[in-house]
Amino acid sequence: MMSYFRNNRLLAFATALVVFQVALAVFAPVLGLQDPFAQVIVQRMKGPNALNWLGTDQLGRDVLARIIHGYRTSLLTCLTAVLLALLVGGSIGILAAYYRGWFDRIVMRLMDVIFAFPILLLAIAVIAILGANSFSAALAIAVVYTPIFARLLRGPALVICESEYVEGARAIGASDLRIMVSHVLPNLASIVLVQTSLLLSAAILVEASLSFLGLGAQPPTPSLGLMLSEGRNFLLLAPSPAIFAGLAILFLSFGFNLLGDALRDSLDPRLKAAT
Amino acid sequence: MRAKFFLGRLADLAFVLIGVSFLVFLMIRLVPGDAVTIMLGANTEITPERVAELRARLGLDQSLLVQYWLWLTGALQGDLGTSVWTGRAVTEEIGAALWPTLELTFLSLLVGAGLSIPLGAFMAQARGNWTEVGVRVGAIAGLTIPSFWLGIVSILLVSKLLPGTSVLGYVPFTEDPLDNLRRMVLPVFALSLPILANLSRLVRSAMLDAMGQDYVRTARAKGAGRRRVVYKHALRNALIPFITSVGVSMGYLLGGAIVVEQVFAIPGLGRLVLGAISERNYPLVQATILVMTASFVLVNFAVDMLYAVIDPRVRRR
Repeated sequence: MMSYFRNNRLLAFATALVVFQVALAVFAPVLGLQDPFAQVIVQRMKGPNALNWLGTDQLGRDVLARIIHGYRTSLLTCLTAVLLALLVGGSIGILAAYYRGWFDRIVMRLMDVIFAFPILLLAIAVIAILGANSFSAALAIAVVYTPIFARLLRGPALVICESEYVEGARAIGASDLRIMVSHVLPNLASIVLVQTSLLLSAAILVEASLSFLGLGAQPPTPSLGLMLSEGRNFLLLAPSPAIFAGLAILFLSFGFNLLGDALRDSLDPRLKAAT
Repeated sequence: MRAKFFLGRLADLAFVLIGVSFLVFLMIRLVPGDAVTIMLGANTEITPERVAELRARLGLDQSLLVQYWLWLTGALQGDLGTSVWTGRAVTEEIGAALWPTLELTFLSLLVGAGLSIPLGAFMAQARGNWTEVGVRVGAIAGLTIPSFWLGIVSILLVSKLLPGTSVLGYVPFTEDPLDNLRRMVLPVFALSLPILANLSRLVRSAMLDAMGQDYVRTARAKGAGRRRVVYKHALRNALIPFITSVGVSMGYLLGGAIVVEQVFAIPGLGRLVLGAISERNYPLVQATILVMTASFVLVNFAVDMLYAVIDPRVRRR
C-alpha cells in the first residue's frame, strides 16, 4: 500500500513536469513572451536581468523566449517522429506476430538490419541523404525508432495472438483486421504508452544532438540544440544561452523518462523495475 | 547442440552485415536528385565532362547489383573508394581518424562500466523508500543529461577555475601520453556519465534480484559473511545481464562520440563524417558509417558469444 502511494506520487510529479513543459510549448505565442527573433544588439550577451529573465544571446535575442519556442520545435519534431515510428513499427510488429511464417521472418530480419546501426549514426545517415532541416530530423528519428517499436510490440503481441480470447474471436468468424484492432491492440496499450514516453525522452536528446551538429533545425529557428552550439562560441562572454538551453533539454527529456518509468510501475506491476 | 547454436548466430551475423552494407551502399543512390551533380555543385563548376568522369569513377554507370557486387568485393579487400576531393583512399582518412574515437569510446566504456559495478553493488545494500526514489531519479537524470551540454559546462568550469589549462583538441598518446590523457578527462566524463547511470541501476536491480535467490540464502545459511555473499555470489550472477547491456552501450558510445568530438575538437570519426556530409563527400560518408556500424555489430556478436559461454542456459534456447 505504501509503495502504491509512493509510485503514484512519483507519477503525479512526472505528469506535472511533462504537462507544464508541453503547456509552455503549446501556449508559447500567448504567454506575453518577447519576440524570439527580435535582435536588440545593444542588449546582447547579457546575463539574467529584470528585462530578460534568462539573459540574451549573441544577437541580443531573449533567451527565455527562444527556449520556450525551442520547446515547440523540439516537441513538434519528436512527436511527429515517435508517432510515425509507432504507426509503422507498431503495425509491422503486430502484423508479424499475427501472421507469423515467412512474412514475420522477412520483415523482422529487415528490422534487425536497421536496428544494427548505432542510433545517432543512422539518423545522421538519413539526414545526409535528405538534407539538414527539422523535417529530415523527424524522419530520421522515425526511421531509427521503427524497428525498436516493431521489436517491442511483436513479443507481447505474439502472446496475445496465442490467447484464448483471440482464438474465440476467430472461432466466431471475426476478420483478421478486426481481431488485430479490437483485440490485440487494446491489450498492448500499456506497453505502447510506457515505451512512447521513454522513446520520446530519448528522441528529445537525439533531436538536440542533431541540431547541435547543424543537422536539424536551421537558424534562425529557435532550437535548443542550435542554441547550445551557437552559445558555445561565446561561452566565456555569455554563458547563459548555452547553460539554460542545456538545462531545458535535460528537464524535457527527464520529464518524459520519469513519466515512462512511473507509468510502467503503475500500469503493469509485472513489469515493475526492481529498483 | 552447441555447434548448431554457434552456426545459427554466425548466419545471423552474416545476414545483418550484408543487409547493413547494402543499405549503406544504397545511400548515395537515395539522394534526391542527382548525387553526382550535388557533389560537384558543392565544390566546383558543373560541366558534362566532370559529371561523366565522376559518375564513371563512382561506378554509377553500371547496373545496381553489379555496382553493389563491385563495391562489396572492394570493401572486403579493404578498398572503400577514394575521397571525392582529396583523391586519397577513404581507408587512409578513416585510419587517421580511428584512434581518437577508439580511445574516447574505450576509455568511456572502461570508466562507465567499471565504476558502475562498485556503485551498483553499493546502492543495492541501501534500501528504503527515499533511497529507492533517489536511485531512480538520479539514474534517470544521469541518463538524460545531454553529454554535449555536460562537456560545454565542464569546459566553462575548467576555464574559470583553472585558467590556462588546455582541454580542447587531441594529442596522440605516442607523442605525449600525459597530455593525451589530460585532454581525455573531460570528454570521457561527459560521454561515460549516461552509461554509468544506466549500468549502475542495472547492476543494483540485478544484485537485489540475485540476493533474493536460493543460492544466496544457502550461502548465508552456511555461514558465509555478508560481504562474501554480496561480492562472490550475488555479484557474479548479476553480471550476466550486465554484459549484454555493455554491448548495447557501444551503440550509444559510438553515436555520442560524434557529438562529444565536436564539443572538444577531437579529430575522430565523428568530425570526419560531419565534415564529409557538409562537403557532400558521399564515398567518405558511406565508408565511415559502414566501418562504425560493422564494428558495433561485431562487438555485439562477441558479447553474445561471451554471454553464451558464461551462461550455458542461453545455448539451449
